[in-house]
Amino acid sequence: MTDVDTRSGTSGGSTSLDHVVIRFAGDSGDGMQLTGERFTSASAIFGNDLATFPDFPAEIRAPTGTVFGVSAFQVQIADHDITNPGDAPSVLIAMNPAALKSELHRLEPGGLVILNIDEFEQRLYDKAGYTADPLEDGTLDAFQVVKVPMTSLTKEGVKESGVKPRDAERSKNFFALGLISWMYTRPVDPTLDWIRERFGKNEMVMNANLMAFKAGHAYGETAELAGHRFTIKPAEQSAGVYTSINGNMAMAWGLIAAGQLAKLPTFLGSYPITPASDILHEMSKHKSFGVTTLQAEDEIAGIGSALGAAFGGSLAITTTSGPGVALKSETMSLAVSLELPLVIIDIQRGGPSTGLPTKTEAADLLMAMYGRHGEAPMPIIAAYSPSNCFDVAIEASRIALKYRTPVIVLSDGYLANGTEPWLLPDVAALPDISTQFATEPNHVNETTGEPEHWPYVRDPKTLARSWALPGTPGLMHRIGGIEKEDGSGNISYTPDNHGHMVETRAAKVAAVADDIPPAPVTGDVDDAELLILAWGSTWGAIVTAVDRQRAKGRKIAHCHLTHINPFPSNLGEVLRRYPRVMVPEMNSGHLAKMVRAEFLVDAKSVSKVKGVPFTAAELEDAIESMLEGAK
Amino acid sequence: MTDVQVPLTSRKDWQSDQEVRWCPGCGDYSILTAVQLLMPDLGVKRENTVFVSGIGCAARFPYYMNTYGMHTIHGRAPAIATGLAMARPDLDVWVVGGDGDLLSIGGNHLIHALRRNVNLTILLFNNQIYGLTKGQYSPTSEVGKVTKSTPMGSLDAPFNPIAIALGAGATFVARSHDMDRPHMQEMMRRAHAHKGAAFVEIFQNCNVFNDGQFESLTARANRDDMLIPLEHGKPVRFGKELEKGVVIGADGAARIVNVADVGEDAIVVHDEGRPEPGLAFMLAQLSQSVHQPTPVGIFRAVERTEYTTAAAGQLVAAEERSGRGDLAKLLHSQPTWTV
Repeated sequence: MTDVDTRSGTSGGSTSLDHVVIRFAGDSGDGMQLTGERFTSASAIFGNDLATFPDFPAEIRAPTGTVFGVSAFQVQIADHDITNPGDAPSVLIAMNPAALKSELHRLEPGGLVILNIDEFEQRLYDKAGYTADPLEDGTLDAFQVVKVPMTSLTKEGVKESGVKPRDAERSKNFFALGLISWMYTRPVDPTLDWIRERFGKNEMVMNANLMAFKAGHAYGETAELAGHRFTIKPAEQSAGVYTSINGNMAMAWGLIAAGQLAKLPTFLGSYPITPASDILHEMSKHKSFGVTTLQAEDEIAGIGSALGAAFGGSLAITTTSGPGVALKSETMSLAVSLELPLVIIDIQRGGPSTGLPTKTEAADLLMAMYGRHGEAPMPIIAAYSPSNCFDVAIEASRIALKYRTPVIVLSDGYLANGTEPWLLPDVAALPDISTQFATEPNHVNETTGEPEHWPYVRDPKTLARSWALPGTPGLMHRIGGIEKEDGSGNISYTPDNHGHMVETRAAKVAAVADDIPPAPVTGDVDDAELLILAWGSTWGAIVTAVDRQRAKGRKIAHCHLTHINPFPSNLGEVLRRYPRVMVPEMNSGHLAKMVRAEFLVDAKSVSKVKGVPFTAAELEDAIESMLEGAK
Repeated sequence: MTDVQVPLTSRKDWQSDQEVRWCPGCGDYSILTAVQLLMPDLGVKRENTVFVSGIGCAARFPYYMNTYGMHTIHGRAPAIATGLAMARPDLDVWVVGGDGDLLSIGGNHLIHALRRNVNLTILLFNNQIYGLTKGQYSPTSEVGKVTKSTPMGSLDAPFNPIAIALGAGATFVARSHDMDRPHMQEMMRRAHAHKGAAFVEIFQNCNVFNDGQFESLTARANRDDMLIPLEHGKPVRFGKELEKGVVIGADGAARIVNVADVGEDAIVVHDEGRPEPGLAFMLAQLSQSVHQPTPVGIFRAVERTEYTTAAAGQLVAAEERSGRGDLAKLLHSQPTWTV
């Protein structure tokens, strides 16, 4: 263990790094998520590329000092393009012994541990389950350690704000933020501005937090943490205006944008569920876009109300996670049968059942694909990065409206809460996804001779049915979940009609393949010895792993699917182009099963179902063992 | 509200071209006729009218109306109709369902539509049996009901639909029966005019699986003695000579008495507009079975904020506060930086 807490040394000097991975960890009530977010935001404004990984328990406030109550936030900042929050952190901020116990194993050898030494006492060792003093027993031998009495320095530093000593302690996360901001030469103004805005209503708390932040910053300066000041230059990024965005915010904005691009009122029916609720929160703030939100009585009413709104002509959306999708499945089948547009957003989490509500997983793909009664196919689209959720929301809405079909969007907890810089799109360049409603009768009644509207008359190319909105004179019609005659929509139980309708609904979804881009292949497109086929949030780790392996001379191609049902029409050809296909997924091999069944290719599944994302190193190992095993 | 633009229509205009597929003799026919005959009088347009239903015999109703219609899934009609009514406050949305549909699988959606006071006209066809699944007991069947699924008699105490609606905070609650078209139509007319969720329970005979269930109440010869008409502002009295009435005892319970025994002044005067639902609830509890005198009419009709109007109002308020949503502004609403 190298003690460096107050060692003298050169002041003001700093070492330049090309990247750093920092992990903040503390009690659930310590404000570590907020600390991480503010550090991220300042770094984003500074111009670094970055990616974050909030990692917190489901309990709101688990008993203090316990390992299961530890809340962590990992961020990678870099002077170059990065795609994930990093494998092993090089810096760990541990606000108490439980945080050290829970998180130390992640730290890279020789990494820096910053401890809030005030909390390192026997009572908290007991709570954390330490049987010996970790400061003395060799636990920290392989690391550099900085001990900072954060709690007492915070109390001292905020005295003048007038807050009570017990409340003063609550500002210690801002002390930590100030210290880390000094160490990594972050701009301070964005954080100070944010504190003023966020806590402006309570001047005493605002001042305490400002003072704590400044005290932390000053501590770095005066304690002369020599050798512990670093700079990370801004990354070279494409020119434009950026903002920092997480997946749920991007999804909400994408859905709002979709309503605008479709020129339709937008309706969200939803029921609170982790990790999807933030989409409901965000959309409910933006009613001035013609967005109606309903927090329904349950998941079923969430999708039911949305389907009702779809019948009325809204861009209709429901948002949920896996358990909610299970409850919605009957209504999803109804939407397939009614052939109404509906966007179902599944922010996947660890399952089955309650599973791991705050942890990530991607094991709902086969449910999205097959988890309904009867033959009920539906397009599936998956986001691959936080900002990509914006594009995916618009694409799902486009397909839903154009083809009159429910569309399921897969994101996950990792994308939902992960943050990255986002080059803001030019609003004028976003696609027009408006649709046509029927305004005139499309049939003449054989018996009465009266013009009427047949709801299941189809566009010959897309097979989309005619959509007439209530309120349109002369186009009154009834739709329902009973099998209906194609064209008229009248109830029909005849065998041939049912066969025809099953095939038609499937053909309609299949037709989407003609309307989407080909499967994108990157890397060694022409001569790869291995193709990595994937979908969803594995993208960031795969890109990093592939880059590193290619730098070592291996020939690898990467195909990352956004459209999973239907597959892009060139996918079979892509899969057969390469001698080996590997499919890494945060499930037990869903996409691998699908492509094996569809294309009869020997795709090898690489599976991780632990509630945490793949690291790039794990994927490199998988690549190496596959290629070496093949020799 | 009568719209002067509404062209005159007749029953025929409200009938769809679909063949009605209920069992001959089913009480649903008389309800359908009552609705189709009533619609031309309501001053509404067919294209602005939507019938939404779940699953069950009653739920086939929308197919027979020449309006917009959605025949959905079991129990979910109130939820689906809530979304439609919120998205389109300009429409007249009706919900039709049976006792299994709205009180068993869909009980949750029903109570939430009622407590939110969504502008829906909800018709509950209560036949106290499952018809479409061929004769199992329902949540309104009497204890001891012998059916295919309860060969030794059912054990479940039945729901009282009126009490459920009142308990859920419904602002309009009424009951009628399928043997009295004018009464049904009056209840429907009032329910339709009500701003908010209007709940109408209609006793309906299932002549295949529960024939004669309401005979003791609704047969012409029994009505005077067994149906207690609730009329706003009038004493609650019934019987051929109005010789019977309802009093609220010192213990707070409603009971039936001979008017001659207690005097006319002792009879409770019905007030459908009472802000608290106590009287309505006591009247709802007066009868525990179809063999006891049972109130029909409007139990409760009060004003409360209507949900779809309030929800639409928030959109207007948001726009007034911050202007019409501007996408570019939204995307730049968090801290940004320029490269």
